[in-house]
This record gives sequence, structure tokens and C-alpha cells, in this order.
Amino acid sequence: MTDDRREWPLWEVFIRSRRGLAHNHVGSLHAPDAPTALRNARDVYTRRQEGVSIWVVPSTTITASSPDEKDSFFEPAADKVYRHPTFYDLPAGVQHL
Amino acid sequence: MNALAAYTLRLGDDALILSQRLGEWTGSAPELEEDIALTNIALDLLGQARMLLTYAGEVDGNGRTEDDLAYLRDEREFTNCQLVELPNDDFAATIARQLMFSAYQYELYAALQHSADETLAGIAGKAVKEVAYHRDHARQWVLRLGDGTDESHTRMQQGLERMWPYAHELLEDDGVIQELKGVAIDPGELRPSYDFVLGVLAEATLSRPEIDWHPSGGRQGMHTEHMGRLLAEMQHIHRSHAGASW
Repeated sequence: MTDDRREWPLWEVFIRSRRGLAHNHVGSLHAPDAPTALRNARDVYTRRQEGVSIWVVPSTTITASSPDEKDSFFEPAADKVYRHPTFYDLPAGVQHL
Repeated sequence: MNALAAYTLRLGDDALILSQRLGEWTGSAPELEEDIALTNIALDLLGQARMLLTYAGEVDGNGRTEDDLAYLRDEREFTNCQLVELPNDDFAATIARQLMFSAYQYELYAALQHSADETLAGIAGKAVKEVAYHRDHARQWVLRLGDGTDESHTRMQQGLERMWPYAHELLEDDGVIQELKGVAIDPGELRPSYDFVLGVLAEATLSRPEIDWHPSGGRQGMHTEHMGRLLAEMQHIHRSHAGASW
């Protein structure tokens, strides 16, 4: 691990676009601390007007689901079509549903 | 050349030459993220240079375009301050220059927004937001390097000593400025930029360099030995292939 000592920690970057309501994950970057991570994110991810708000989160604070748990986590939802609201007859004239 | 054209041209030359210098960090900054940050700043400056050179050509009245002014003038016709043409040197020296130059440019554009010349005021209004970020970027780095490790502190102090004497020229007064009362900015108004730099140095545990000599002459077309090489790199394509486009 001695080689890694000089590496800046990794941060995950979330951007809210001009029209978007939620911050979306756009990528990651290296920075020594949170204020610098925010500025780096501004430079790397918003220079083409991609966003109006930025979050940066230390990658180490993210707990991810494991690929090994894929079956038990996600498989059971696969055959429960009744959880999708697709069994209603739409009245004619409703356009945006 | 009339005073308004001369004044606009020197502001444009400052932005153009520093943009060219910062562009040299492309692919060789300490980190990928910093690489992009510095080249973003270079592109902001290039945008300012284009507007200023275009306007300088218009008010000069000799029909010269931004390209004519950028690519077809020789060294003695450039009126940028010498600070911006100095080699990048250590990353810390580049950052020291960024701190001093963007502190100056911030006060300049903030005041120039209220210039009697509407075009200059408009350019300044757009540019001041960009420069506010440049100044913050430099400040963040000076604080981290100055108040960081022994090594970073030493190199930040050395970078500062390297660039310090050349910052004096930024606040020089001359006939061009005096002739443009209400249009150009009196250097006395830019004093807060110096105080801003001193404030950052104190916060970063750096000391104000005790250097009394200061070079001058950039505004009269006198440049350091580094200028010719920079211009050669910047201009040779345009001069070798006149009228080429892609």
C-alpha cells in the first residue's frame, strides 16, 4: 500500500442538469479534499454546461451491492409483473401517462 | 494607434499570452483533473483575448482582425506585461503567477464593467465571472501548497519569489491610461488586488518576498528573452500556411 500513499482519494460525482430534478452519477475523479473535489468536478464534468448543481461523495463511503448477491437481490422481482401498473385500460384522450 | 485601441490591445495581449503559456500544461499537469482545470482557464483567457483583440482592431481602424493581431505582429508590437510571458517553471510558480494575475484581472474587470466604453464594459462583465473562478482556483492551491508539507511550502515560496518582481508592472500607470479617464481603470483602483494577494500569503503561512527590483517595459513592447520563443510556437503555423483553415 505504500505506493498508494501518494494517490489522492477517489470521489464520486453527481450532477443535476439544468432541467433535471435529481442529481445523477456522472463519474469519478481524484482530489485531496472535498473543496478541491468540487472544483475538479466543475472543471471535468460541467465545462459544457452539463449542470447547475454538483455533489461529490468520497467513494469509500458508498456501500455497493455485491455481484454475488445478484440472484437473491434482484431475481425475485423478475416474475412479479403485477407490480407494474400495466393492467389498466387507459381512457382515450389521456396522452401523458 | 489611438489610446483606446492601445489600452484594449494590452488587455487582450495579457490574456492571449497567458493563455498560450497555460496551454503548455496540457498533458503535463500534476494530475489529470488539474490538467483540465488549467486548460479551462487558458480557454477562458483565449475567449477574452479574442473579444479584446477584435475590438482593438475595430477601434484602431486599420481593418486588422483578431488573427492579424495575434499572428502577424512581431515581438516589439506586443504590449502584454512581462509576467504572463515568463516560463511556467515549477507548478508552484505557475500557481503564484495565477494568484497575482487573476487577483489583478478580477479587480480590473470588476471596475471595467462600469467603464464609459460600452464594449469594454460588456467584455468585462462577462469575463469577471470567469476570473472570479481563476482567482479562487489559485487561492485554493496557494493555501494547500503553502500550508502543506515542508517540500510544498518551500517550492510555493520559491515560485512566489520567481514571479513576484514581475507583478509590479500590473499596477503601473502611463499616458495611455491617463488619456482615457472614465474608460480605462486607474491603477490606484486596483490596489485591493495587492491586499488580496497579501491576505492569501498570510493565510498560507508564506512570507511576502523582500525583493525591491522590478522589471518593466512590457507595455512599451520590451520583453524578456522568453517571449520570442513563445511567439514562434504560437505563430508559426499561421505564418507558414497563410490563410489555411480546417
